[in-house]
Amino acid sequence: MTSTTARRRPYGVRSAPYAFLLPAITLFLLFFALPIGYAVHLSFRKVEVSGLGLGAGARQEVWAGLQNYTDALTDSELLNGALRVLGYGCIVVPVMLGLALLFALMLDSEKVRFTPVTRLAIFLPYAIPGVVAALLWGFLYLPDVSPFYFVLERLALPQPDLLDGGPLYLALSNIAIWGGTGFNMIVIYTALRAIPAEVYEAAKLDGASPLQIALRIKIPMVAPSLVLTFFFSIIATLQVFNEPTTLKPLTNSVPTTWSPLMKVYQDAFGNGDIHAASAQAAIIAFVTLALSFGFLRAANRRNKQEAAR
Amino acid sequence: MSSLAVRKTRPAAGTTPGTAQGPPPSRRTALVPTITLLLGAAYCLLPVAWVVVAATKSGSELFSTFTFLPGTGFTDNVSDLSTYRDGVYWQWMANSALYAGLGALLSTAVSALSGYALATYRFRGRETLFNVLLAGVLMPPVILAVPQYLLLAEANLTDSYLAVLLPQILSPYGVYLARIYASAAVPADVVEAGRMDGASEWRIFTRVALPMMVPGLVTVFLFQFVAVWNNFLLPYIMLSDDEKFPITLGLYTLLEQGANTPALYTLVITGAFLAVLPLVVLFLVVQRFWSLDLLSGAVKS
Repeated sequence: MTSTTARRRPYGVRSAPYAFLLPAITLFLLFFALPIGYAVHLSFRKVEVSGLGLGAGARQEVWAGLQNYTDALTDSELLNGALRVLGYGCIVVPVMLGLALLFALMLDSEKVRFTPVTRLAIFLPYAIPGVVAALLWGFLYLPDVSPFYFVLERLALPQPDLLDGGPLYLALSNIAIWGGTGFNMIVIYTALRAIPAEVYEAAKLDGASPLQIALRIKIPMVAPSLVLTFFFSIIATLQVFNEPTTLKPLTNSVPTTWSPLMKVYQDAFGNGDIHAASAQAAIIAFVTLALSFGFLRAANRRNKQEAAR
Repeated sequence: MSSLAVRKTRPAAGTTPGTAQGPPPSRRTALVPTITLLLGAAYCLLPVAWVVVAATKSGSELFSTFTFLPGTGFTDNVSDLSTYRDGVYWQWMANSALYAGLGALLSTAVSALSGYALATYRFRGRETLFNVLLAGVLMPPVILAVPQYLLLAEANLTDSYLAVLLPQILSPYGVYLARIYASAAVPADVVEAGRMDGASEWRIFTRVALPMMVPGLVTVFLFQFVAVWNNFLLPYIMLSDDEKFPITLGLYTLLEQGANTPALYTLVITGAFLAVLPLVVLFLVVQRFWSLDLLSGAVKS
């Protein structure tokens, strides 16, 4: 594609990067910028029905101003969905990252055995689609087929319904924790391995215990990775959709509007109100971006300090 | 890349650098970390082990025998699944392979071009462009997918293979990884030497830079393959003809129908088992080529 532009050297060198980037830019405009612009456009409009809504021209798209936004912000279903996801995130993010950090530190410790096997096993869920993961756990939560209930029954212990009420949060959180711990563990472990050995030697000579080394040296030194994993976990949590959607057929306790994104989907395709859905989507996108940029700013400051050393 | 490598800090006295075999018997195993990791591995393998066993059970065994006791119905389950709606299950598998394989290939090509350009050239608007492309990572998929659906509907492209393929070609994360890798793996003086020899920019890219970028691009390909294979939302929104479904969406519809008819449970379970298999195998085969270090943005130069 650049063979013609590159014939004249100086011009070729100058124009080549744009030619190389042309596919990415085209795809970005078509599948990112245009849809976002269209969604924003839709969010400021609404359908007005005149008369009985019959015949051509009876349904007209008109300017709606901020009405869709005020409707969305006062919509109790959307707010409840946001609160549910907040509760879910408060379980998922700390437990998942806590486990990921714990496993990474254990992998990094001395004289530990079977690490190639255990590391791969803990990372394996990353290869399993969220829908399939939710499906597998969903069956493990079903009293008829679950080994947990089998054991509880034999021991004559109470058998809680995992797909209802409070336990439902735990059940959903568990799926996300199971699927995400391995990936985050690898990110943190990679950072741990990049720490030069001399750093520990000095601490060891001073008689520091492995626990002290972990708390005082290792964790502070992998802080940038922890920030990164925290950031990606928050984004993923805000976008939860697949797991509750997959569990929905197995229980009556997951409403179609369980998470904000499910509510957007429901309004757009279930109720056919693309205008309300677009306004809700815009609000969710805004919250995500605001959170992300706050985080990236903090992370960048740290990176710059490190680059300056 | 050092997924199987061993720490460099191990004390030298009396040790062999233990790889998969672990440390020599003369040294005591650290019990707490080993047991913690084994428990973690058991937790992660539990659902997989369950589905492997459950897929061997016939419908009645599923509810009557102990969960982890293998059954006798595996071949029947597979043939039931294969005949379900004239073998639509295998169509789903083929579709997933197509979406993920072709999609990841195209995505890797676009990422390679963009990453190379962003890493080697200095040009006006470079950082702005990079940041704008990266911002795509932050966009929740539903927020893109709903207007994407409406726009593709205008172009009469919904419910087609293209509707699932096209929106996933540009991967902001892929561009990011390719840029990091290109700036570490392709030295500026090599590119300059190519120019001195009178090679065109395109030729320098294909003949000189691309071979150097291969290990990084393998990671981009695998990452994108997993992302497309695992994607549920986009096909869920775009497709209504189940002949075009990928395996994730197919299994979901099967579960939706099967949830109230326990007779269909065995189909869902066997389907889930067979769906997990290709990715786990792919994973075990390629994990040594998969430079996980790159996922966290760390590249040793």
